[in-house]
Amino acid sequence: MTRDEAKTRIAERFSGAQVEPASAEATAGRGMPLVVTIPPDQWLAFAQFAKTTLGCRFFSFSSAVDWKEQGLEVIARVENLDDGVALMMKTKLGPGVSSCPSLVPVFRGANWMERECYDMFGIRFDGHTDLRRILLSDDWVGHPLLKSYAVDTPYPPYR
Amino acid sequence: MLDTAKTSRVEFDYSGGERLMMNMGPQHPSAHGVFRAILTLEGETIVAVDAVIGYLHRCHEKLSETLTYAQYPSIASKTDYVAAMTSEFAYVMAAEQIGKIEVPKRAQYLRVIMAELQRVASHLLWLGTWCLDMGGALGGGATVFLYCIREREMILDLFEMLVGARLLYGFYQVGGTRYDIPDGWAAKCRETIDIIDQRIGEYESLLEDNPFFLARAQDVGVISRELAEDVGIAGPLLRGSGVNFDIRRSAPYSSYEDFSFAVPVETAGDCYSRYRIRMVEFRESIKIVRQALDTLPAGAISSRPGLKSVAQIRIPKGDAYARVEGPRGEVGCYLVADGSAKPYRMKWRGASYSNLSVLPHIIPGHKVADVVAIMGSVDPVFGEVDR
Repeated sequence: MTRDEAKTRIAERFSGAQVEPASAEATAGRGMPLVVTIPPDQWLAFAQFAKTTLGCRFFSFSSAVDWKEQGLEVIARVENLDDGVALMMKTKLGPGVSSCPSLVPVFRGANWMERECYDMFGIRFDGHTDLRRILLSDDWVGHPLLKSYAVDTPYPPYR
Repeated sequence: MLDTAKTSRVEFDYSGGERLMMNMGPQHPSAHGVFRAILTLEGETIVAVDAVIGYLHRCHEKLSETLTYAQYPSIASKTDYVAAMTSEFAYVMAAEQIGKIEVPKRAQYLRVIMAELQRVASHLLWLGTWCLDMGGALGGGATVFLYCIREREMILDLFEMLVGARLLYGFYQVGGTRYDIPDGWAAKCRETIDIIDQRIGEYESLLEDNPFFLARAQDVGVISRELAEDVGIAGPLLRGSGVNFDIRRSAPYSSYEDFSFAVPVETAGDCYSRYRIRMVEFRESIKIVRQALDTLPAGAISSRPGLKSVAQIRIPKGDAYARVEGPRGEVGCYLVADGSAKPYRMKWRGASYSNLSVLPHIIPGHKVADVVAIMGSVDPVFGEVDR
């Protein structure tokens, strides 16, 4: 499977998906991912498709970006290690929304990644079996990587 | 053949006695950091593991949003402090990708030399501490550890000659490297790697003829290929499970395509395979360093002029994911830039974080003593897990 084949297959199966090569492709060459933007309701279905049809079985990481008033964006990177096709999956949750389908049913590696994401951004992953804080303590207040969480504001329990 | 039953969470049919919850850590010497494993035991057999991490969390990702592209690389070394060169490397590469910044050939080679020396140093520390963990079986325990530390010191001496620091370097800079190698460094480097190359064989003969070592490493902590990819473990663990994937080979960066080296792959997926992979990597890294020193091009070490202010580097809007093959696997940096002198968002994909998350899948079914061997073979560095 080449990148172009992957691109065609995605376009055939997911009409709502936007596929583009990564912006930095020109300088970095090989190993650059296809950037696929998917609506949140197709997030899980797309991950399943990427794993089974495109052979992207390697789960690299997932995380999120806080775009302030435009809302949160969840990203995940999966890769087909045999053919070198990598996908950077992105989904925009929309303003004020902080829930997203979990990828745990498809990738076991999503377990800790989504826990970290919940910890840092407060995103609730529907379908995650064990959504607890992972890096911060259970009594921590707030989700530090949100842009609304100021760096220098004292938060309990560490004032 | 891989025994897949061993790699999944197994509920044992246990008729006698009750289950016991046992804390391993947070201050356990075999954790190589602060890590708490809550083990559920039936007799001495583990049936479930809950891993508690985060003791070393220093909010690197939030912190990076407040530091400029010139300031952060020296902080990046503090994520994986055993292989400090690696994380600096990933960070500056991500910034260079977005900003389309060229790196001079000499700087690319210098980066490769340091990254490979760092891999040797990191693997030496891994081998030493792992053998220390399995102590008694190796005739006194500390022997291999002290040998390894002796060799690691020599590499740290090289780094000290280069940047003046032994643990955290700040060697990589957006656009190149901060320092050029001083006079006499190349000769000293060759001398050092020649000695280490020779001593790797000594460790092998010390360990591989030892039936106790083999008994504790072979068929212990088997990771199947399917589990390896699904969880996203990387580096020696992934290659130990039969996946032929090394970023240096599959997606070369920083002129790795100029060097010839072998990528070891083992299929058993146990602690012993991971050990073998790293032993081969020692020699391959040394080979790369030799080639790079032989062909080191002349020229500038940075494509950017000397910094007059820390906010001088501005990266245009965009995002990129840059990754390097660190000693523990894929160390990735996802960077979102907004055109200012500081990143908008930075995400570390710490290799140890993903590697450690495989533990709850492979430990159940083993004895308590095996946890130590498995933990050691995973080689987690908690600075990188907790970031």
